[in-house]
Amino acid sequence: MRTRFWRQRTNIISATLTLIAALLLTGCFGNDEEDWNGKNISGLMPELEFDLINSQGKSVSGDDYSGRVRMLFFGFTSCPDVCPTALQKLNQATSGLDPALQDEVLTLFVSVDPKRDTPERLAKYVDFFGDNIVGLTGKEPQLRELAKRYRTTFGYDEPAADGNYAVSHSSAIYVFDREGNPRLLMRPDLSREEIRHDLVALIQEDA
Amino acid sequence: MSLLDYLLPYDFSPLTILSYMLVMGFYGVGLIRMPEQDRPGSLRIFAFTLGVLICYAVMQTRFDYYAQYMFFVHRGQHLILHHIGPILIALSNPLPVMRFWFAKISPGWRHTLRPLGWVYNVLQQPFIALFLFVGLIYFWLWPSIHFDAMLSRDLYWVMNWSMLLDGLLFWWLIFDPRPPAITSSLGYGRRMLVLAAAGVLQMFLGAWIVFSRDMVYDVYEVCGRAWPLDPEVDQLLGGMLTYIPPAMMSILGILLMLRRAMHQDGKYTNQSKQLEETAS
Repeated sequence: MRTRFWRQRTNIISATLTLIAALLLTGCFGNDEEDWNGKNISGLMPELEFDLINSQGKSVSGDDYSGRVRMLFFGFTSCPDVCPTALQKLNQATSGLDPALQDEVLTLFVSVDPKRDTPERLAKYVDFFGDNIVGLTGKEPQLRELAKRYRTTFGYDEPAADGNYAVSHSSAIYVFDREGNPRLLMRPDLSREEIRHDLVALIQEDA
Repeated sequence: MSLLDYLLPYDFSPLTILSYMLVMGFYGVGLIRMPEQDRPGSLRIFAFTLGVLICYAVMQTRFDYYAQYMFFVHRGQHLILHHIGPILIALSNPLPVMRFWFAKISPGWRHTLRPLGWVYNVLQQPFIALFLFVGLIYFWLWPSIHFDAMLSRDLYWVMNWSMLLDGLLFWWLIFDPRPPAITSSLGYGRRMLVLAAAGVLQMFLGAWIVFSRDMVYDVYEVCGRAWPLDPEVDQLLGGMLTYIPPAMMSILGILLMLRRAMHQDGKYTNQSKQLEETAS
C-alpha cells in the first residue's frame, strides 16, 4: 500500500514538474513589446566599448562617440559586394531622416583588414558613404577583441596571384542606443525604410 | 598559430577550469587514498579521464572558437558534452570514488546536503530525466533561442553547462551499475524504454534539420563563419550529427542493457524468493 501511495505521488510530482517546465519554456518564447524590424538584442551583449584608431590615425574609444545612436558594422574597403551595399543602404536610411534627427545617428565602419586599409584609404572610402559615418580600424589583436566581444569573427582567404584576398566577416549591423547599450541586430536584407523605422524609434525613445 | 594557441581556451572561464580541476583532483586523490580492493581498474580510470578530458577540450580550447562560428562544430561539441563524455564517465563507474568521499563527509554536513539528494531523486524519475534530456536539445536548438544563445556569452555558457550536467545525470541513470533487482536503481526494461524514446525523439529533430530546405540557423550567417563553408553544407553536417550518432548511441545503450539484463537473469532470484516469503 505504502509503495503504491508513493508511486502515485511521484506521478503527480512528475506531472507538475512537466507542467512547470512547459510554462517556463513558453515564457521564454514571449515576444518583445516593441515592434522592431531588427532583432532585439537588449541584454544579450555588452555595451559599446572599443579601443581603435579613426581615419585620421588618432586612437579613439567608445566614449568618443557617445550620446548618439550608433550602428556598428564590420567590413573592409576592398569588399566587392556586402560592405558597399550595406553602407549604401545605411546612408539612404539616415539621409532620409528628418534633418533634425540626422545628426543623432552615427555609422561606425570597422575595417578588419588593417594591412590594406590605412587610415587615408579608410577616410576616402567612408566619405563616399555620407557624412555621418566614421571609419575605424586597429591592430589585428584589437580587432579580434572587438569581434569576440560582439560574438563574431573574421578571416582572411589565401591571396590570389595579384595579391588580392577576400576577407570573411559578419554581415550584421549592431545598433546601440545613446547610452551605448546594445539594442538591435540588423540583417543586411532589411530595407532602408525598415532600418529608418527602427532608428527613429531609438532616437525618439531616448529624447 | 602555434600549438599553444590551439590548446589555450578561446573564451577563458575560470569557473569551468576550477570545476574540472576539482573533479580530477577529487578523483585522483580518492583513487590514491582508497583501499586497494575498492579501486577501479586501469581501463575504468582511463575511461573516466578520457571522458572528462574530451569535455574539457571542447569547452576550453580552440575547439570552442570553431564551435561558436560553425553550426556543425557546435553540434559536435554538444555530442561530446551531452553524449560521449558523460557516457564514458558513467561507464567508468566512479561510484567507489564517490563512496570514498561520501564517507568522509561529517554527519552534520550530510544532513544539510539532504535537499540535494531529494532534487537528485526527482530529476532521476525516468519521465523527468527523459523530458530534460530531450527537452534541452530541443530547447537550445529552437531557432530563436539558439540565435540568442550564440549571441550572448552568458547564455552560451549556460547552454554548454546545462548540456554537460544533464548528460551526466541521464547517462548515469541509464548505466547505473547497481543491479535493479537488489537496489533502487532503475529497472532494465525502463532504461531501455527511456533510451528508445530518447533516440526516436532526437531522430525527429535531426531529420528535420537535415531535410530543411531553408536556413534554420542563420546566426552563423549573420555573425560570420570560422571559414567560408557553404551554409547549406554546414547545416546538413550539423543536422547529421544531431540525427545519426545519438540514435546509434541509444541502440548501443539498449544492447548493453540487454546484455546486463541477461547476465543478471536468475542471479538474484533466490533473494527475491526470500523477500516474497517474508512478505507473504
